[in-house]
Amino acid sequence: MMRLHLRKLALGTLTLCVFIFAWKLVTDAKLISPVFFPGPERTYASLVKGLFGGPMLGQTLATVQRMVLGWLLASAVGVLLGALVGVSRRARDFIAPTLELLRPLPASAMIPIAIAFLGFSDNMVLVVIAFGALWPMLLATIHGFAAMEPRLYEVSVVLGLSRWQVIWKLALPSAMPLILASLRLGLTISLVLAVVGEMLASRDGLGQSILAASRNFRSADLFAGIVVLGAIGLCGSRLLSYAERRLLRWQAAQR
Amino acid sequence: MKAARLFQGGWRAALLPACIIVFAQVAAVVTHLQSDSLASPSDIAIAFAAVLFDGSLAGATLETLKAAAAGCALGVGAGSFIGILLGLFRIADDLLDLTIELLRPVPVVALIPVTMMLLGFGNSMEVVIIAIGMLWPSIVLARAAVKDVEPRLMEVSLVLQLGFLARLKKIVLPAIMPQLFMSLKLAAGYALVVAVTVEITANPQGLGYGIMMAQQALRPAEMFAYLIWIGAVGWMLSLLLNGIQRQLFPVHNQKGTQ
Repeated sequence: MMRLHLRKLALGTLTLCVFIFAWKLVTDAKLISPVFFPGPERTYASLVKGLFGGPMLGQTLATVQRMVLGWLLASAVGVLLGALVGVSRRARDFIAPTLELLRPLPASAMIPIAIAFLGFSDNMVLVVIAFGALWPMLLATIHGFAAMEPRLYEVSVVLGLSRWQVIWKLALPSAMPLILASLRLGLTISLVLAVVGEMLASRDGLGQSILAASRNFRSADLFAGIVVLGAIGLCGSRLLSYAERRLLRWQAAQR
Repeated sequence: MKAARLFQGGWRAALLPACIIVFAQVAAVVTHLQSDSLASPSDIAIAFAAVLFDGSLAGATLETLKAAAAGCALGVGAGSFIGILLGLFRIADDLLDLTIELLRPVPVVALIPVTMMLLGFGNSMEVVIIAIGMLWPSIVLARAAVKDVEPRLMEVSLVLQLGFLARLKKIVLPAIMPQLFMSLKLAAGYALVVAVTVEITANPQGLGYGIMMAQQALRPAEMFAYLIWIGAVGWMLSLLLNGIQRQLFPVHNQKGTQ
């Protein structure tokens, strides 16, 4: 198993080096004008300069903060509302179809509405992130509750559990796999919407900074910003998958 | 199936939206609504009819759908092809996995400034962004599908000494067709979302631009009309693709929905 991983890592790193080298060759040969397409060294230099002493560190923190705040808001509201709707059959019948109807609506289409209400403000961006990331969690919680083993509901009646106890002790754990998967999806959506919101509302952050870089043809700064955004996305999804594995360990053992 | 359930739910499903509409209308009439951000349902309906009959809605919808379809076809096509190769050849998978995992988390909207600089505004920029956005999930889904192909079928192809193309055409492609369609279905919905996002953020065309313009012109009724229409387009698209999927892969679909 260990050797397999090593082989994969070695081969993967090899390809990555080849790609970066090819990138360098293409830019050194000036196949694409360096004004638009910086080489790897210039991107790296701009990355280092921006992160150590430049404005990029602050922008990164601003974007991450926005993303995490919006995501936390969406998770709290999504799981809570989902639990309230999901635990009762009647509420599911009345409310779930409307929610399903709203699901395919692109979250970014809410941005103009949010601008109309809140103007170009930090709150507007936050509301858009929270609203967009809400749907997967809300619907996953409802589906998770609906898919709970029916006998568990019978057990809860026999034991005389209150509604909150049913949610906390039975339904939430059984819906956990779905909810955790939706949390990861929600984080991806949050990052996208944070970037879009910053671009549109010109709030301080990476989204606004890469847009400004592209308008001024500072392509190295632009690529450095994209690298940082990719790193944020990678770290976020890795952290959540790790949490997912830890939290679902009891389930894996059960199988 | 989703639509069937909606209508099965009957009045229960329709009650909440109907209540919201009636409440909004009553509230608007009672308060003599004059607002730059809100509009009554009847005004929204009138605005919808207006953009419908002057042709701007149809034009914008066509632009958005064209870009989404082209990007989706490119992205899913290329992605599925790469995914199949990765699924068939261990060595290719080992070589490319790390690079793909590193590139995949880059949010697609981060590509907006790059494509803006390289391609300018217009259709091509939007199509490129959508295609790249669809590429990664298609690779992952196609690779997983190929790895799930019954190993005995692969052994059969070895015994029959099929060439690479014959193996692809006779064994692999038929086996993974349902999953490929599934991946196309997911991508289509997502492509519409990305298209609208790109249009709202940068590209002056299509439905996203329409809703942005309605907001900036302080025409809330038109803005909400566009919003509802964008939702309806997404909903009809998923309905259509679900229908096609049921027609083409009846057995597999039942397995998939369980």
